[in-house]
Amino acid sequence: MSTERDVKSGTVVDGFTDSVAPMPLPDESLPAVSNPARRNFLRRGSTLAGGVLASGASLAVAAPLAVPESATTFGKPIPEDDYGMPSKYEGKVRRRRTDVFKNRQNFSDWSMTPLQYQYGIVTPNGLIFERHHNGTPDIDPAKHRLVIHGMVKQPLEFTMDDLLRYPAVSRFHFLECSGNGLTDWLKPASVTVQQTHGLLSCGQWTGVPVSWLLDEAGIDPGAKWVMFEGADGASHVRSVPLKKVLDDCLVVYALNGEMLRAENGYPLRLLVPGWEGNVSVKWLHRMKVGDQPWHFRSETARYTDPMPEGMWRQFSFDMECKSVITRPSGGMSIKPGMHEIQGFAWSGNGKIRAVDVTLDGGKTWQEARLDDPVLDKCLVSFRFPWNWAGGPATIASRAVDSTGYVQPTVKDITKVRAIVGFVQHHNGVQPWSISATGEVKNAIG
Amino acid sequence: MPSAKVLPALAAAIVAVGCATQSGTMTTQAPPSPGVKFGKPISNADLAAWDIDIRTTDGKGLPVGRGTVAEGKAVYDAKCLSCHGADAKGGPVYGTMVGGIGSFKTNTRVLTPGSMYPYAPILFDYIRRAMPMDHPQSLSTNEIYAVSAYILNLNGIVPDNAVMDQNTLAKVQMPNRNGFIVDDRPDTKAVRCMTNCN
Repeated sequence: MSTERDVKSGTVVDGFTDSVAPMPLPDESLPAVSNPARRNFLRRGSTLAGGVLASGASLAVAAPLAVPESATTFGKPIPEDDYGMPSKYEGKVRRRRTDVFKNRQNFSDWSMTPLQYQYGIVTPNGLIFERHHNGTPDIDPAKHRLVIHGMVKQPLEFTMDDLLRYPAVSRFHFLECSGNGLTDWLKPASVTVQQTHGLLSCGQWTGVPVSWLLDEAGIDPGAKWVMFEGADGASHVRSVPLKKVLDDCLVVYALNGEMLRAENGYPLRLLVPGWEGNVSVKWLHRMKVGDQPWHFRSETARYTDPMPEGMWRQFSFDMECKSVITRPSGGMSIKPGMHEIQGFAWSGNGKIRAVDVTLDGGKTWQEARLDDPVLDKCLVSFRFPWNWAGGPATIASRAVDSTGYVQPTVKDITKVRAIVGFVQHHNGVQPWSISATGEVKNAIG
Repeated sequence: MPSAKVLPALAAAIVAVGCATQSGTMTTQAPPSPGVKFGKPISNADLAAWDIDIRTTDGKGLPVGRGTVAEGKAVYDAKCLSCHGADAKGGPVYGTMVGGIGSFKTNTRVLTPGSMYPYAPILFDYIRRAMPMDHPQSLSTNEIYAVSAYILNLNGIVPDNAVMDQNTLAKVQMPNRNGFIVDDRPDTKAVRCMTNCN
């Protein structure tokens, strides 16, 4: 498939124009027509009177059906073994580097999840976003070791076989990069929701509570922080408060039913639920317990947030409550009629309590429906029916979490932080504008 | 339907499992330790090759060694310049590592080791673990001290005759030493307005 694209020139997404087909109204969804006379009527009819037209929708008239080729030929035989891949017709669904901001190398770089094509809260493993600091190693699990040392009674080493012997814990959690959205603060730079919000993924993680392993090593009194280090070429490292580590952190070896992919930390990574993605250190091979943070480059010169008066906010771990509409979203074009506005909401501080949707650029809001399950520090799907009459509109979502925190607008955030340069922790409301002709565009700022 | 006899056991099992799940109002906190121990004791000597972290606030963990600004320039020109450019002013792959001191109160904050790092040992820790990018952990201890001295000198923080070692590096005063505040969010105060908003 083509990967040629120019996001700044228009609404072409990945070499084709995406479009969201309008949903049929209940009155026109009469597919179970067995009466030949009625079929003929529908085939003949070029217009329909009454309520259907009044809704702004038009009724497509079906052509005679031929038996599909797939029903008249052999299918593909079952191979002796296989790893299934998506249909060749789904080639547009790709994890991508952004071309809004281009790094001049692709080792310390990132790729983004195509949220506009994600149905339900689980991101497929091949589409989990990437952020690496020196590319992707592919580590032999037989050679991998995890070490715990520092302020512990007994330094310990674990093999992957050792770790797989522990009782396992499986949990659904989102993972979001602190840099998600950093290209789109005060004016639109990105076209698609993949580019604005694609440093976000969600899945079911399986592993072992870090607290069990630390208990085994014996934590010294006075310990307050734990350093986690990866075995990648950046030896990426972060300090995490011991309280959080003992609370809910996992060493994870599996995601969505299979061992981690190499780019997601195979064979072992940390998962720090609800916190900025880079503290969930991939290719984890060392934990060191200490009484204070290390103040690494990754927690001083990077992953800090510009604040007024030339200051920087440090150890800003929480990914605060946020939501985004994924369908319809930037780069799509829609037709008048019924649509289901779809999107995701999440909070690093708890569960999602409610999601509101505006159709008029924020003047009025209405509560959306949330799909089960609504889980702690996990994506939630929201849905809102919308009969688009065809005029210009600006749609957006706003989430509230179980702490009562309300997702802010960019304007709210600019009142309290400095928006200058590479600004992380963007959880502002994301508006999409719909033109009179149905073109959906990024309306941030 | 399970029999009446099975129900209490089933309920107990659900309660036990509930601690480790996200069902209902359960938290995601770690379940109690299962009481099994599969870790193997390892001596600090046997993990020494992995023990590379520096506590950058006071330099704890800095190994014995030394390097000068001049030595650092030689190492830099051989192993760093191709990406970072001559005199660390930016190259084909990365931007400048020099300057920016005083820029944080302007609309263009220039982030360099000189302007941004609150503690000088961050240079040693980061160069050792991550640089050069194609051969990380390949520089000798003395080479790392030397490159640290060179970058600090280019930023006007240490003099031309500076020698960086396990004692001097941690004593370097960095301009952004007091430039950080710890996370104080939530800082926004959005309200859930439903009608007549803005």
